[in-house]
Amino acid sequence: MIQTKRNNPTETIAGFRRHEPGTQPDYLYPAYRGTRLRAPSQPLVFLPHTISEVTGPVFGHSEIRQEDHDLTIQHPGVPLGERIIVSGRVLDGDGHAVSNSLIEIWQANAAGRYAHSKDDHPAPLDPNFTGAGRTLTDKDGFYSFVTVKPGAYPWRNHDNAWRPAHIHFSLFGPAFVTRLITQMYFPGDPLFAYDPIMQSIPDEKARQRLISKFDLETTKPDWALGYRFDIVLRGRESTPFER
Amino acid sequence: MTMDLTPIPSQTAGPYLHLGLTDKWSLSRVAGDGTKGQRVWLTFRVLDGEGMPVPDAMIELWQADSEGNYPHPDGSADSTAFLGFGRLATAEDGSCTFETIRPGRVPGPGGTVQSPHINVSILGRGILKRLSTRLYFTGEPANAADPVLALVPEVRRATLLAVPDPARPGHWTFDAHLRGKRETVFFDV
Repeated sequence: MIQTKRNNPTETIAGFRRHEPGTQPDYLYPAYRGTRLRAPSQPLVFLPHTISEVTGPVFGHSEIRQEDHDLTIQHPGVPLGERIIVSGRVLDGDGHAVSNSLIEIWQANAAGRYAHSKDDHPAPLDPNFTGAGRTLTDKDGFYSFVTVKPGAYPWRNHDNAWRPAHIHFSLFGPAFVTRLITQMYFPGDPLFAYDPIMQSIPDEKARQRLISKFDLETTKPDWALGYRFDIVLRGRESTPFER
Repeated sequence: MTMDLTPIPSQTAGPYLHLGLTDKWSLSRVAGDGTKGQRVWLTFRVLDGEGMPVPDAMIELWQADSEGNYPHPDGSADSTAFLGFGRLATAEDGSCTFETIRPGRVPGPGGTVQSPHINVSILGRGILKRLSTRLYFTGEPANAADPVLALVPEVRRATLLAVPDPARPGHWTFDAHLRGKRETVFFDV
């Protein structure tokens, strides 16, 4: 239970568990050039969790429309590309569902072009595809998006650099410290080994957690391929009461 | 079969985060009309290791209301106009400005009380995982006994202090130096 009343200042706060070594990228990964001037050089200051860290916003709930989770029906026409269903479940580190929580996604179109003014990759824009979606997890933590499979695209990080196809995911979870932005990849992409953003995650098993799985069960006959992407957010330390 | 319950890794939000996060869903007013408290405008500037503006970052804020309550579902903040949350993309000059109220004090560890502060996230291209820092207010007497500031080496504490703009009452600036000689303190949360 979280108490924010000031008249109970001595209550013990159950913090969120820290990450295992190797399961998250470091800030500095020189092969990803963008980190060289944007990664802190000083050691981080370890912060025991207080009420400020274990609470978090409830954001975006009232504004979600039904079509927001289907990126293929946001324009008069149908977008080009391979239609896919991306679905899964959001859990915390104890296996509990993260329910009623905002997920936002954004991605390139099937040709590998973002509908963004700064993207100058000479691949066609699709007038029927913006590439942004949002939804809430249900009471059991499940979510689902309909979209098209994004294309790979070049970037200028190094000579002949290409990003593997990916969808950006933004999640809130129950606390400010569970806030997570990540990327979902597709199985078997030959570009993984050459991508410093994915390779910035030290542990091979941890990298695998960002690769969705083809899923025949959620594939809809004569309609769309299904990819499953389950997401685990941080779990809580046990409180003295729970021990 | 046992489930893998290790949290998934973070990845950069990349240069096109606006498409999914701020083009339609930015939030500059952390406190709406009618929220109790002293109204303040906070201008952040994000700068890289060479002191150049970072024009493609996103800042998110999380704060208590003026009485020290977070608007968490289990909390007791008193106004629905107060979200306690804000997010904005930085402009070409690396800056963005939020409108909010000065937060109250919240409990800290071991019976302490924290000085008024705002929790800050910085995300974007070249940032592989969320950067966490805090904004405190210059001149706030409670800073001296704040249990979190006490964890920060004294010579670096000033990097967490917003500076009042003498020409515009209620306006504060906070420079977030991601790297380098004037590097802001970031927390391992």
